[in-house]
This record gives sequence, C-alpha cells and structure tokens, in this order.
Amino acid sequence: MLDRIAVAALRRDSHFLALAEARAKVGWTLAGAMIVLYFGFVFLVAFAPSVLATPVWGVITLGFPLGLLVIVSAVVLTAVYVSIANARFDPMQREILQRGFGTGEAGVRKLGDRQP
Amino acid sequence: MTSAPLAHHGANWTAILLFSAFVLLTLLITGWASRRTRSAADFYAAGGGISGAQNGVAIAGDFMSAASFLGISALVYASGFDGLLYSIGFLVGWPIIMFLIAERLRNLGRYTLSDVVSYRLAETPVRCLAAVSSLVVIAFYLIAQMVGAGQLIQLLFGLPYIYAEIIVGGLMILYVTLGGMLATTWVQIIKAVLLLAGATWMAFLVLYQFGFSLPALFARAVAVHPRHLGILRPAALAKDPVSAISLGVALMFGTGGLPHILMRFFTVRDAREARKSVLWATGLIGYFYVLTFIIGFGAIVLVSTDSAYVTPAHLLRGGNNMAAVFLAQAVGGDWLLGFISAVAFATILAVVSGLTLAGAAAVSHDLYARVIARGRSTEASEVRVSRYATVALGIVAILLGILFEKQNVAYMVGLAFAVAASANFPLVLLSMYWRGLTTRGALLGGWIGLTTAFVLTVLSPGIWVKVLGHAHAIFPYDSPALFSMPLAFLFCWLGSRLRSARDAGEAAAFDEQYVRSQTGLGATGAEAH
Repeated sequence: MLDRIAVAALRRDSHFLALAEARAKVGWTLAGAMIVLYFGFVFLVAFAPSVLATPVWGVITLGFPLGLLVIVSAVVLTAVYVSIANARFDPMQREILQRGFGTGEAGVRKLGDRQP
Repeated sequence: MTSAPLAHHGANWTAILLFSAFVLLTLLITGWASRRTRSAADFYAAGGGISGAQNGVAIAGDFMSAASFLGISALVYASGFDGLLYSIGFLVGWPIIMFLIAERLRNLGRYTLSDVVSYRLAETPVRCLAAVSSLVVIAFYLIAQMVGAGQLIQLLFGLPYIYAEIIVGGLMILYVTLGGMLATTWVQIIKAVLLLAGATWMAFLVLYQFGFSLPALFARAVAVHPRHLGILRPAALAKDPVSAISLGVALMFGTGGLPHILMRFFTVRDAREARKSVLWATGLIGYFYVLTFIIGFGAIVLVSTDSAYVTPAHLLRGGNNMAAVFLAQAVGGDWLLGFISAVAFATILAVVSGLTLAGAAAVSHDLYARVIARGRSTEASEVRVSRYATVALGIVAILLGILFEKQNVAYMVGLAFAVAASANFPLVLLSMYWRGLTTRGALLGGWIGLTTAFVLTVLSPGIWVKVLGHAHAIFPYDSPALFSMPLAFLFCWLGSRLRSARDAGEAAAFDEQYVRSQTGLGATGAEAH
C-alpha cells in the first residue's frame, strides 16, 4: 500500500493536479473526437444512406473516402495522444516523482511496494 | 485460374507443408519460452519483458482473428459497403483504449482486468463477477474460433472436422502450458507478420491487375456483382438504424472489455510502453482493414466470375468465408493459396492461445489464488493451477467445437463484444475514474449488464429465430449493447448511491489508486528498474 501521508500530500500537490488535469483533458477530448467521428459515420449510414451513395471518384461513392477518413483519424488521434504524452506528461510525471520525494528513485521505491 | 475447386482437391499439400513449418517454428519457440517461464509473472505476463513495439504487433496478432480476415472480406464480397461498418467498428475501440484505459490499466493491474476492478472494492465478490464475465466473453469468442477453425481446416487441408479441432486444441494447450505468455506472444507476433504480409501481397496483386486504379477495380466490381451499384451504398444496416448504432456501441466499447486483449498490457514494462503498444496495434489493424476491402472487392471481380469457385447458382463453393482464400489462388496460384491457408490456420491458433491464457488467468489468478485461497496460495501452486486450467479449457474448447459443429455461430463474436461492452468495460472504466463507485454499485451494474446482454442476445433474431427456430424475435435488434451498456452504467450509479458503512473506506482508497494510476508509483514491475 502506498504511504497514506504521501498520497494525501500528492493529492494536494499543484504539479500532480496539473498533470492529472492535463491528462484528463487530452484523454477525454480525443475520446470525444473519436466518438463523434465514428458515430457521425454510423448515423450517416443509419439515417442518410443516400448521402454516402453520392459518387465522388469514378463510381466510388462518398461513403468509402469517409470511412477511410475514420480509419486514418483513429490512427492519427492515437499518434497525437502518444506524442503529447511523451512530450508533456512523462516529463511532468518524472518531475513530480523526483521533486516530491527528494530521494529520487529510492524514495519512489520506498513509497511503492504494494502488490495487488 | 482454372484449377479445380479446393473442396475436391483432397489434401492441400502446399498448405500442409507451410503450416507444418509454422508449427515447427512455434514449437521451437515454445521450448525456448518454457525455459524462461517459471514464476507467475512469467506465465501470465512474460515477466513484463515484452517491448512496446513487440506487444503492439502481438496485440494486432491477437485481435486480427480468422473471423476478421475471412469474415470481413466475405462480408465485402457479399454486400460491399456494409462490410466497412464492421471493419471501422473493430478499429475505433483502440483509440478509446489508448485515451482512457491503457496507461491506468498498466499502472494498476498485475495479470488480469479483475486486478484493476477489485483494486479498492470488496475483493471476493467483485473479482468473482469480473472473472465470470471474462470467462463468458472468452467462452463465446473461443467457440466461434473453434467452429470456424474446424470448418476452415476441413476445406483448406482436406482434414476431417474432429482432427482439426484436436490439432488446434492440442497445439494451443502445448503453447500455453509450456510457454505461457512468452510463447503465446511470439506465436501472435509471427502470425501477425505472416497475415499482414500475405494480405499485403494479395491486395498488391489485385491492384496490379487494375493498373493500380481503385475506380477501375470498383467499376468492374459494380459491373459483375448482382446488386451492381447497390454494393457502393449502405444496405442492410441502413434498413435497421437501431441495430446499426447498437452494433457500433458494442464494437467501439467492447474492445476495451476483452480480457485477452487487456491482459496484453501487463506484458510491457510501464505505461509508456503500453502507449507505444496501442499505437503500433492501431496502425497495423487499421492498415489490415483497408487491405480486407481491396481483397473483398478483388474477390467480387476475380472469384465471383470464375466457375471454378462458384456454383451454377452463383453461390461460393464452401461458403462465403472462402472468398479471400479463393482470391489467393486466383491472383497468386497454388503457392499463395497454400500460404494463405496456412496463415488462416496460424491465425486461429494464435487467437485461441491468447483466449485460453486469459481464461486460465481468470481461473487460477482470480478464482483460485485470490477468491478460493484468499491470497494464501503459493506462487508455484498458482502457476500449477493455471496449467491445469489451460488443459481443462483446451479440452472444453475441443468438446464445444465438436458440439457446435453444425450450429450457426455467427452471432457468438457479436455476443462476446456485447458482454464485454456491457459488463467488463463499465467496470474497468468506472473503477478507474469514478471515486463514488462502491462494491454494491459494481456488483449490481456488472451482473445486470452481463445478464441483459446475454438474455437480449438470446431473444434477438440471430438466436431466437435463426438458431432456435421461433417465428418472431422477442427482442427485435441484432445487437443489445445500445440498451445493455447504458443499463450497466445506470445500475453501477444507482447501487453506488445506496450508502453503506464501508463506502467511506472505498472512496478513501480511491485516492491511493488514483495516485498510482497517474504516476505509476507502486505499479508492478516498477521496482525492477
């Protein structure tokens, strides 16, 4: 079990709160974008199939490039999250772990020996 | 293109030879892995030593089942555009896993998703619930794979159905009992590489025939398909909007509740590597589904017009699932046919191995070590139980495969996704994000989600009419997730509102869980670095 006092201190720590908030904001925004894109497509299929049947490239209809767009955006949004997390969240997290417990890695180790 | 149809070929020697090479290679890897598999962490999570990229390829290998390769290209072959909704649906669950689940899951769990769900709640009942719903998901997924395997191997290799079941079940028992997660991971990686290579080559050969012009391919497909322009617009799914949306919900959120998939996140060192795995997996799976489209349309043009592959009544010999396999022969001759057949067999093996390992973990880690022995079991006995569980699950899978031989199992993967979206996903999400979730809420919502998804599927046209032979379905839609998933969330909330004395402790424990999920402090594996 993590040390209770350390947990309570971290829960009030401004850097920890900033990290948690930033991560939640990015995570839920991107999840929302994915849900809107996907269900936007599903709703077009369900309620406006004739829109998707418009030919756009030879016989190929609008539904195919739009579907491809959803596939590509799934990969792109995932890549966006990874790059934000690598560039921003990881350094913030390292900083909290080192600054908050002075002792660096050793402090971290002392703090976290819980096994579920 | 004039070769005789497969079904009358008898044994397909190229396929058997290539498949034997695959089996030999994977058995050598299993032997190597078995010397490295000693502790429980080795068995369930390959000691946490898989890299993010390796894990990403293995996830893709775990997820791209024979159903998605043969099934989606068959769907495109039969109805064109409608197949797109499935392939997109199977993909969009991955970003959701990335944004909301992967990192926290890695930081909180050890071997199974039940670790995460029961982290701060009353362990025994919550773990039982999570283990049971995981086993339900695994059982339906496994039956679908086993029956598919038997039918496919019968056609491709000319082997009797029962032999096919025994070969698949036997090999999977060997991989998992001896090599645990390490062997399973490498089987999945090799299979993913073979499948992606084979599908890429097929798509390339199809496009080559049309001067790399997609409009030319599509125009030809429209000209030869009996529904003509109809294959370029939504059809069946547009006629039943509620089913289309409900299917979308099941696919998008069910992926985040699949136990064998979530288990893979414990094989990497930390949350950063978990992220990398999801990116690799999403990219590869997305690419793969684009290929299945080219393959499906290629099959419309090259397979449906060839009397070697279709009956005079224009039905595909051996069933619609054979579209991609016949296309391999049409564009690449017997050698490519053998290669794709061997890959299809390898695909089934890799997926059933992952499923069995997840099932064994639910039995030995969740039910035996944590619920029955209440944490007093030794690690050695836990690993021993998981090996027995693997053998038992393997035998059960063979028997179920034989029992369901003549049944229509098309609904089973859908049912697995619906249960995963309606029980596992709400539990995983709420336990990580909602401080207010209590044991009572989790139990109420989880059991209601599980039973509703199950009962509504039984009452749906897919089972009530097509399998049980009643005249009218009691529940009119094909997928229950649109109703069962919100119901699960609602009852999790309601149950959590009914206060009890221990709730304060559970909310306080959320703080510790929250700090760990955000920072990785105390996460399994962190000490080793």
